[in-house]
Amino acid sequence: MGDMQTLSRRAFVFGSAAVAGGIVFGAYGPAEAAAPSADGNPLAAGLGPNSVTFNPWVEISPDKITLIAQHADIGQGVGSVQPIMIAEEMDLDPGQFEVRFAGPSPAYFNTGFKEELAPFLAADQSPEAEAARAAALESLRKSGLQMTGGSSTIPDTYDKLRVAGAVARETLKAAAAKRSGVAVADIRTQSGHVILPDGSKIPYVSLAAEAARIPPVLDAQPRDPSTWRMLGKPMTRLDVRAKVMGELQFGIDLKMEGMLYASVKLNPGKGQPLKSYDASKARAMPGVKKILEIKNGVAVIATNSWYAMKAVDAIACEWAPSAYPAEQADHWKVLESSFKPEFLGKEWRTIGDVGAGLKTGKLVEAEYRAPYVAHQPLEPLNGIGLVNDKGMEIWVGHQSPQAVQAIAANAIGLKPEQVTFHNQWTGGSFGHRLEFENVRVLAEIANQMRGTPIKLVFSREEDFLQDIPRQIAIARHRGSVANGKIVATDLQLASTAPFKGLLERMGTPLKDPDPQLAAGTWNVYYDIPHFRATSYEAQGLSPCTTWRSVGASTAGFFTESFIDELIHAAGLDPMKARIAMCNVPHYRKLLETLAEMSTWKGPLGNGRGRGVAFVESFGTPVAEVVEVTATDRGIRIDKVWVAVDVGKVIDPVNFENQVQGGVVWGLGHAMNCEITYSKGAAQQTNYNHHEAMRIHQCPVIEVRGLENDPKVRGLGEPPVPPAAPALANAIFAATGKRIREMPFNKFIDFV
Amino acid sequence: MIELKVNGIKRQVDVVPEMPLLWVLRDELGITSAKYGCGVAQCGACTVHIDGKAVRSCQAHIGEVAGKSVVTLEGLHNKDQNPVLQAWIAHQVPQCGYCQTGQIMQAISLLASIPKPTDEQINQVMSGNLCRCGTYPRIRAAIHAAAANKMAEK
Repeated sequence: MGDMQTLSRRAFVFGSAAVAGGIVFGAYGPAEAAAPSADGNPLAAGLGPNSVTFNPWVEISPDKITLIAQHADIGQGVGSVQPIMIAEEMDLDPGQFEVRFAGPSPAYFNTGFKEELAPFLAADQSPEAEAARAAALESLRKSGLQMTGGSSTIPDTYDKLRVAGAVARETLKAAAAKRSGVAVADIRTQSGHVILPDGSKIPYVSLAAEAARIPPVLDAQPRDPSTWRMLGKPMTRLDVRAKVMGELQFGIDLKMEGMLYASVKLNPGKGQPLKSYDASKARAMPGVKKILEIKNGVAVIATNSWYAMKAVDAIACEWAPSAYPAEQADHWKVLESSFKPEFLGKEWRTIGDVGAGLKTGKLVEAEYRAPYVAHQPLEPLNGIGLVNDKGMEIWVGHQSPQAVQAIAANAIGLKPEQVTFHNQWTGGSFGHRLEFENVRVLAEIANQMRGTPIKLVFSREEDFLQDIPRQIAIARHRGSVANGKIVATDLQLASTAPFKGLLERMGTPLKDPDPQLAAGTWNVYYDIPHFRATSYEAQGLSPCTTWRSVGASTAGFFTESFIDELIHAAGLDPMKARIAMCNVPHYRKLLETLAEMSTWKGPLGNGRGRGVAFVESFGTPVAEVVEVTATDRGIRIDKVWVAVDVGKVIDPVNFENQVQGGVVWGLGHAMNCEITYSKGAAQQTNYNHHEAMRIHQCPVIEVRGLENDPKVRGLGEPPVPPAAPALANAIFAATGKRIREMPFNKFIDFV
Repeated sequence: MIELKVNGIKRQVDVVPEMPLLWVLRDELGITSAKYGCGVAQCGACTVHIDGKAVRSCQAHIGEVAGKSVVTLEGLHNKDQNPVLQAWIAHQVPQCGYCQTGQIMQAISLLASIPKPTDEQINQVMSGNLCRCGTYPRIRAAIHAAAANKMAEK
């Protein structure tokens, strides 16, 4: 997918600038020699007296154990499972350690991205594919890029956190051996203590000082999964209780001494500047302290968020026009005219002779559409910023710590290392917190209010207006069927480029075709003799970015709906045909499992219908069956069955919750949501216009996790892409109506 | 000065009477379980109880709340024994958790008026509470479990 070398060089400049030598787990020498240097353990810098850190994830002081969560928690539960992977190996119990989010450091580079960066299909385990992944890993190591995304947390951390815990455990045992004179082999660990042969117990914290004086046991191995106490078992997420009790502080809940509140109004023509404004009315409003002009808008500083929001609303602004078409109809026109050689992204995959294949048998052609959609996690964009002569401190929930530093620094003329970033628990993201609208304006505001901590909260309306949406796309697919088989499939889509857009705004533009426009189009695992997958990149449209499951969220709908059309044209059963065509054994097993779970028996009749879809995204194959009934009040979704193969289910309860949530996300937005532009601004500015799914539309969702994949895979996004096509295919089965455009509620009513 | 009772304690705030209760709780009193999600009664994240009824605190002007009794999730009695909170923990409902305090306050109100709600009744009462993470199957299960536990207590 793309030229990997070019991608890694260009895309990850932040990391490259920050790291000199590169980081290898366990290669930074004994703990006593660890220094807060570019190639060292970042925890060494903040270590108190008589304390020890064995690696960038474990810190023990005389009074507490702290485990570091390097990936941001955006609701997907990694603020829990990361420390538990360490705790499993350290023989720590929940409650015996604190969890802290990592600061920016190349030590936390994301190894998980190697799967997505290597230009091979996920199911391809050939030596060539593995060599490309190994090369991708090396460039990631050099880049030092620390980022949460691409469903990569578990793939990135599954090995390294268990090893980090094992190193800590074995080093603590070695320290206890030295103190007691007992052989290490006779020492064990349990529940935060080293246990000596005579049964006496030494708490880990009391060994910190001694452990700091011996070399860490770097060759420690993680345990066999059959011995796990917590992992793989129905454990309780560490954050559940605090969230239920209302005790967990999200970024938006923080308060500081002397803090003032800010709200902003920014040019709704995304990215364009302010021309002029009139704040005379706002100035006289209650609670208002100051009106500030910033690059692309205005800000009000007040004594309460609500005062700030009300006052900023009263400012009349004149905006520079948007750089993209002002009206939505013209966005579609640009897409329609993008299926041309000059807009070619890439022909990602070609099998056989597609031209000849399309001339065989019956030709099927269809056009599909997917609109812009907003992210809109329930916690609006926010942050606290404090600028003084030394630099800036920023408290914000974000998925790219180094990019936060760079964006904030660039906005106010600092160096990235002058920006101190404190990551926060967040109320969702879905890709929203990979962007920087709040970070940049917060830096500008705090810089104009030096010495005063400023809490910025976007109003929901402003958050919608500034939400950089999911890509908009059109697919023009052709295929042919003969003798009850699919002969040829020519998949073509024109789309805005989400991943390229993100990289460009990070200051590291990518010249290669956007690899996310291959996702869901090229990775089709059906035996089709003639196959081609091509992307075109539309130019001059709205900026777009990664939205939960990214390219596959649109392309998965296009591909799996069209495959369904071909299957029907060939007179086949949608489930049996997919199973018969599937050319990866454990993916076929996944489909067979789904058929068994849902007791698939073909058409249901009586206004009821079932649809199936299968999409691999971010390496994780997911297949879903949706069952609907056509009632006199509209389509009712009765039930959804989901089979997912992640290689290893690490956190089973959260696994089910994530899969169900992904299905709800995929269905709800496909049914009910679009962002359209008028006068250059998004027309949908609150949830009543962009509702997604509410509880009354939510079906029963039955989930099964499989462990046949040879690799441990991520899960945050992959349940999303099959949901929309499975629903559309079910509606077809129930009503005979083929819906080829999202949102579906433009074409059919839902109960 | 406007006087109100929050979680059993008398508080005074010096704000305009139009200010929504939500922002009094969050920015003036530092009570943060009530969340800002939409500001227009579309998400339910700000749900609190006023004189025992579930209310969207973003829509309640503080001038009108004066003299009334406000209870936020922080102020629930005997939280560790509360069947709704217990069920929410047992079923591990939250993902990001941002909407859950509002969901819980709404669910408590639901169970106070309908001790054993059907799925249809749950849908009706809970559909004003948006969850972007999609925890609805677990919300439903937790409400049924809490209802069963409450019945068992009686």
